[in-house]
Amino acid sequence: MSCEPWQCAEIAATKKANPIQKPEIVVAMIKKASRPLLIVGSNVITRQLEGKPVIDFIIDLANASKVQVLATAHIVGEFVKRGYQPAGFMTAMDIGNRIVDPTWMGLDGKGHPDLVMFVGLPYYMESLLLSGLKHFAPDLKTMTLDNTYHPHASWSFPNAGSDVWASNLKVITSKFSEGGN
Amino acid sequence: MTSKNVRVKIGEMKTNAGLIKNLELSVGKVITDNWDEPMGPTPMPHISTLRDWDFRLLNKYKPFYMPDCDLCCLCTYGKCDLTAGKRGACGLNIADQSSRIVLIACCIGATTHNAHARHVVDHLIEVYGRKFPLNVGGLNVKVEAPVTRLITGVKPDTLGDLDDILSYTESQLTHCLSAAHTGQEANNLDFESKAFHAGRMDQIGMEIADLCQISTLGFPKADPEAPLIQMGIGTVDTKKPVIMCIGHNVVPSVGIIDYMKEHKLDDKMEVVGLCCTAIDNTRYYERAKIVGPISWELRFIRGGFADVTVLDEQCVRTDCNIEAERVKSPVIAASEKNCLGYKDRTNDPVDQIVEDLATYKVPGVLILDPEKVGEVAVRVAQRVAPVRKKMSSLPELDQIKELAKKCRHCNLCQRSCPQDLSIEPAVRAAAEGDYSKLADLYEACIGCGRCEEACPVKLEIHSFILKVGEKKMIEEKNFCRSGRGAVQDTEIRSVGGPLVLGEIPGIVALVGCANYPNGGKDVYDIAREFALRRYIVVTSGCSAMSAGSYKNEDGKTLYEEFPGGFEAGGVLNVGSCVSNPHIAGAAIKVASIFAKRNLRGNYEEIADYIHNRVGAVGLAWGAYSQKAASIAAGFWSLGVPVLVGPHGTKYRRMLLGRSDKPENWEVLDARTGETVNVGPAPEHLFQSVETPQEAMVQIAKLCLRPNDTWKGRMGKLTHYIDLHKRHYGVMPPDIHQFVRTPADIPITMKDEITAVLKEHNWKESIIPDPTMIPRLVRKAKE
Repeated sequence: MSCEPWQCAEIAATKKANPIQKPEIVVAMIKKASRPLLIVGSNVITRQLEGKPVIDFIIDLANASKVQVLATAHIVGEFVKRGYQPAGFMTAMDIGNRIVDPTWMGLDGKGHPDLVMFVGLPYYMESLLLSGLKHFAPDLKTMTLDNTYHPHASWSFPNAGSDVWASNLKVITSKFSEGGN
Repeated sequence: MTSKNVRVKIGEMKTNAGLIKNLELSVGKVITDNWDEPMGPTPMPHISTLRDWDFRLLNKYKPFYMPDCDLCCLCTYGKCDLTAGKRGACGLNIADQSSRIVLIACCIGATTHNAHARHVVDHLIEVYGRKFPLNVGGLNVKVEAPVTRLITGVKPDTLGDLDDILSYTESQLTHCLSAAHTGQEANNLDFESKAFHAGRMDQIGMEIADLCQISTLGFPKADPEAPLIQMGIGTVDTKKPVIMCIGHNVVPSVGIIDYMKEHKLDDKMEVVGLCCTAIDNTRYYERAKIVGPISWELRFIRGGFADVTVLDEQCVRTDCNIEAERVKSPVIAASEKNCLGYKDRTNDPVDQIVEDLATYKVPGVLILDPEKVGEVAVRVAQRVAPVRKKMSSLPELDQIKELAKKCRHCNLCQRSCPQDLSIEPAVRAAAEGDYSKLADLYEACIGCGRCEEACPVKLEIHSFILKVGEKKMIEEKNFCRSGRGAVQDTEIRSVGGPLVLGEIPGIVALVGCANYPNGGKDVYDIAREFALRRYIVVTSGCSAMSAGSYKNEDGKTLYEEFPGGFEAGGVLNVGSCVSNPHIAGAAIKVASIFAKRNLRGNYEEIADYIHNRVGAVGLAWGAYSQKAASIAAGFWSLGVPVLVGPHGTKYRRMLLGRSDKPENWEVLDARTGETVNVGPAPEHLFQSVETPQEAMVQIAKLCLRPNDTWKGRMGKLTHYIDLHKRHYGVMPPDIHQFVRTPADIPITMKDEITAVLKEHNWKESIIPDPTMIPRLVRKAKE
């Protein structure tokens, strides 16, 4: 596992993501957070794990963890088609722009998220969004659930293959399923 | 307009008003007024003249920054770490620095277009004289330079007038760039305002470049039936000597084409082009061919098709010469902005230059005389074509198989690929003789070659992809409509009303470069979708090529399927990059010709009109360059929303509205002065979108304007809801924000929408005569 940026030139300067060495860290972070939010991008439709699109793994994780899901791009319909209703959907830029506003009260109007997770956006787009949040929402914790290292996040999985990615997502889901949240 | 220096000195003069002593007046230019429209409030604006207008927009659409770099390294105090609010040694924070980078990018783009214009204007004045009259459409186009007229207050008549106007833009751009120096501008919104100003100067520069070439070189003049041009590598007769021109400046190509024609060689040779030079070549010479967009430079050179490679300026791969040398294609550098280290042979005898290139004594030369470029290019192509035999640098399939076995499977190819393409599995399969995965990459590959640079064993992966896709490549035969130039005044009169009332749902301009996230087909799909919905679809530059590179079920390209007029359901290619102001110009002319608003030096009022009434949206799906940034800036300052594809996030700053903040969507009703909430229309000024499906939905939404009549709003909502349901699978969540009266509700969706309105406690509101400028209250004239 490598803690180099997945796209070689996406280098951060003085503040780099802590590597998530095991999926239990994600579970702990979500449990610790009061208002976690998971932002899910369009690649969860096109990327496959164990013969299934990544969105299927994300729905399992969301159902188990009860974390709020926001779908970007056009993929809200893919969730709905699979019987899962995300808490909201909007463009990736719109959600980023709301998160950097400390007065924004979240998708349900009950409070600003304190942990924002990303998965499945195009790497460079996710990277820039995370950079925006790092600079303009410095108190926010950010985390990626992809298999690619994102230095601008607070926490990121190191680069890894599809098998490790699938396993990580399943472990996270199982920890919530086993222990409740 | 004439240019003179005048000095008036009065020692003493008694007047009714009093005594005047020692008055000295110095006037740099005397303007011979050839335009009876009264001068507006802001002719020839300086960098801060339109600041109030810029701030109105920037407060409505606040910047959202996504820094690409945490550091600033522009001065020797640095590197300064600006992470999360830290200020650097000069005092700037990361928001200021991010906006400073935006300004610098816009200045690079704007100076590039203005320098292009300067070169073309100077050259054409040399050839045709300062008094050569401008003509972009004869009697059909009386407002020949809407952008220039609007911003400067000057109506240019001759080539010489353009020279004078360029002096103004050049001075403004110097001021704009100087603001980015350390210790100058300090506030992010002021940086942004200056970026808008650079965008305005960019629009003028582009307009001038196109005006002068249309007027002098016989380009189509506002012609909806500009000829269909053969496009694609498959259209090139490779048995003939082939001259390939890459870049944006048509002047050297004119030299080539003229020489060919004079020597009756035009049916014995091929002149082909890549990027905007390709489009402008076809405006000059119908038999010139377009190979494709910017991303195909390596494709064509490595394929060995070009016997001579002529490089002019802008967006030319800086290793084109190295690649051309590999396939023994002599190179002529034809722009002083892109000399490539070659010896300047401008003053050498043609025979000597031809001999040196044709015998490969030198790989390339710099020639700054376009006529000489023409003669040398043609004669060298004739000499080397039989010798080169279209020598290619692409490996054979069995070589690929052997080379692929060297792959270390480090994955650096994919990690360097802007598209994140699965390259390693394709190379792995090729090593086993299975080329199908490499073939799959052909369409999505943008031809940057970064995979090869990253490869530790120096595999020429891009060449692998090209070889495997070669059959497809040489079968590419499509049509692009030659750039028509301006929109006719008569066309504006026909569509002005329906556009402003919203009955034509909008203008969708597909512009810019070819850094697409998944190939050019998305551009075609988006263009066709909106043409079928009877929006006015405008194209330019590389997007114009991509739009024409695919066919419908009847085998017709977009330009064959739809008319080329500025009309509902029309698909019109205005031309190259520098033709983009014809799109802004069309919106300006709606305000001027249809609504009869004064144009002259009246920027704020016209921009306010366009922003609130003309449902125009730009989509730069593959924007990559600084020029694309400055082009966008010119549209932002006019209040026209611009969308970019996912790579567009790398511009590092969006201009986003907040639909959840009702206070952001108030305008004044010019009839009464009352404040009216018009909802988030248009919602954003600059936004990156992730997928083509999202782009389509956003385009439909961004065409909404406060001024839409109920009938127009109903039509626009129908498209928005229909596209949303088709691509997102659900109803839009924000319908209640766009319905002002029950009459706005699309009839076929009445029950569904009424339920949504009830859920949101919706209240009816009025349709105002919208303006953001208080001084325009009770002054609406349409």
